[in-house]
Amino acid sequence: MFEILRREEMAGGTVVLNEISAPLIARKAKPGQFVILKANETGERIPLTMADTDPTKGTITIIYQVVGKSTALFKSMQRGEQFQDVIGPLGSPTHLEKLGTVVCVGGGTGVAVLHPITRGLKDLGNHVIAVIGARTKDLLILEDKMKAASHELHVCTDDGSYGHHGFVTEVLKQILEEKDVKLVVGIGPVPMMKFLCKLTAEYKVKTMVSLNPIMVDGTGMCGCCRVTVGGETKFACVDGPEFDGHQVDFDELMQRLSSYKEEEALAYEQHTCQCQA
Amino acid sequence: MAKAEKIPRQPMPEQDPQVRKRNFDEVPLGYTEEQAVKEAERCLQCKKPSCIEGCPVSVEIPAFIKLIREGEFTKAIHKIWERNSLPAVCGRVCPQEIQCEGRCILAKKGDPVAIGNLERFAADWERAHGKGELPPKAEPTGKRVAVVGSGPSGLTVAGDLVLKGHHVTVFEAFHKPGGVLVYGIPEFRLPKEIVFQEVNFLERLGVEVQCNVVVGRTVIVDELFEEGYDAVYVGVGAGLPRFLNVPGENLIGIYSANEYLTRANLMKAYLFPEYDTPIVKGKDVVVLGAGNVAMDSARTAMRLGADRVRIVYRRSREEMPARAAEIHHAEEEGIEFFLLTNPKRFIGDDQGRVKAMECIRMELGEPDESGRRRPVPVEGSEFTMECDLVVIAVGAGANPLLTQTTEGLALNKWGYIVADPETGKTTKKGVWAGGDIVTGQATVILAMGAGRKASDSIHKYLTWGW
Repeated sequence: MFEILRREEMAGGTVVLNEISAPLIARKAKPGQFVILKANETGERIPLTMADTDPTKGTITIIYQVVGKSTALFKSMQRGEQFQDVIGPLGSPTHLEKLGTVVCVGGGTGVAVLHPITRGLKDLGNHVIAVIGARTKDLLILEDKMKAASHELHVCTDDGSYGHHGFVTEVLKQILEEKDVKLVVGIGPVPMMKFLCKLTAEYKVKTMVSLNPIMVDGTGMCGCCRVTVGGETKFACVDGPEFDGHQVDFDELMQRLSSYKEEEALAYEQHTCQCQA
Repeated sequence: MAKAEKIPRQPMPEQDPQVRKRNFDEVPLGYTEEQAVKEAERCLQCKKPSCIEGCPVSVEIPAFIKLIREGEFTKAIHKIWERNSLPAVCGRVCPQEIQCEGRCILAKKGDPVAIGNLERFAADWERAHGKGELPPKAEPTGKRVAVVGSGPSGLTVAGDLVLKGHHVTVFEAFHKPGGVLVYGIPEFRLPKEIVFQEVNFLERLGVEVQCNVVVGRTVIVDELFEEGYDAVYVGVGAGLPRFLNVPGENLIGIYSANEYLTRANLMKAYLFPEYDTPIVKGKDVVVLGAGNVAMDSARTAMRLGADRVRIVYRRSREEMPARAAEIHHAEEEGIEFFLLTNPKRFIGDDQGRVKAMECIRMELGEPDESGRRRPVPVEGSEFTMECDLVVIAVGAGANPLLTQTTEGLALNKWGYIVADPETGKTTKKGVWAGGDIVTGQATVILAMGAGRKASDSIHKYLTWGW
């Protein structure tokens, strides 16, 4: 049922796009929501925020970076193959409204999640400034799409191979100095979101982040994805995945993301060996 | 009668505790045909059997036991199926001691008939040797029923209504059907293969099972009516874990029982890395709480290679809510009990992993609203317990995903659905509810009992109207 209808590799094959047939989910999904995917019988349940949906075609699109065994397994699946299970749409949709000038900042594959939100904010009549970044030029994704979804696009690379030489936060700082920004949306690796929130807190600009903790069921049943927001425990799968970035305990999130570091390394190593054999 | 009493209750053969505490195979091995017949001979075939009154789904117990005694094992299972679609499950996990067996006349002077063991025998025998003959089904009525949740109450409703000729679709949020029978109860107590075969039996009867559908997200209850369902039964369970709200609870290595058991059971993390889902394998494990779920968690941790597993409970042994048989099995496997002890905070290492728990001693004071004596902290009695894995098994609450998206459904102050205890009718026309989402966390068979009452009421509604 959950057949891969389109498959593209990006960023030199480190990032993969899958457009998957999932009519029930496509019919309901809104920007900011996620799905849980399981490749096969022995697979793990992996949460991924949707990069796009097409209710008419009955498809959803996910874009993921290969970081471990499960994503490597996803990558090995070709067009025409099927995911055994796809569950969703899960989580609360992004709250989109007209505010004025907004800045959408994305790092790495976070750009994939940021894109539908950016588009939604533009459609509502906001003046949208987008800032996207990657380690190096080859790893940058969705530049054209982000350009189309915003009024102004800034690109950064850590190594200076393309656009601004440096971090997205440096460009953001410049924008915050010059413009009356009503909202910042920041989606990317946890350290990026942490430093981005530190910066926007100085400027007292409301900031929304999308979190990606480890999950199992994604329906609020297990509490695996608990994060501390404003001193309270929240479940990212039902209360999120988006939160007020100034309230999030990023250090705790980073620690919890490392819960299975050793197991993940072992599983990935075994998977890589099998693939080579 | 005198002759019958002379046969002692046939003991259930079990795996040796020292062996089983390191494997996930089922603990009780089941009766042989000879043992089952012998046990069945103990039944006095009372004219007014009180065992049936003790059964929430009113299985005709003396009748099926008589058939076992006569060696008519297939007829015995058909007799049970008239009232219970999940006998292999019930024979294993029902608290018979407070239900059918608790009412058995023999229990007054000695050991009751082992009704649960016999029910399990009949179901297992049919699975191994039966010809797959199905019970008779009524003519199709053209009515469609949506059952939300494939746990014990939902499966009961599905089984009852499909036999009455209605078309039944069961929606399950997880990728496999069975609800708590699959994600919650461990393999060594209820092999998953048995649950899947019970579900398969319902599918053969015509029940349609759709996994990966989260009602409240993928579809909402009102849309089910728009899609042409005539009635909706909500049996989504108590899917919201309770935490303790003490400092350090988000350290790595601290799980809710729901997460710990879901990883181990549904995701088969005990077979990692053959299965992809990992689980923290503690050497020094603490389980908080003393119900059946706590026992399941403790025994799972032991099987995952723990050196030591301690149950920490704030009340005394007498108040432990777990079945006596579960506590006994846990003790046999070397689980230790730390009673009248309550955690105050968790202490982590520099990696954010739990390494210890600060506790305080408790003593029992005056009875509280539950009628049990309230535990009160003993001032200055704090002490620290080392541990590298903690499972919090202090109960579960109502998951709001479905209830918040369904208009017109009245909830009580805890978020559980308000439903008529006799019929399962909710405040929303065409919607019934039962099991843990109505009562709060209870047992498999009570959920099945609620399902039975609701299916009778739904059938009446589909025949005569609301």
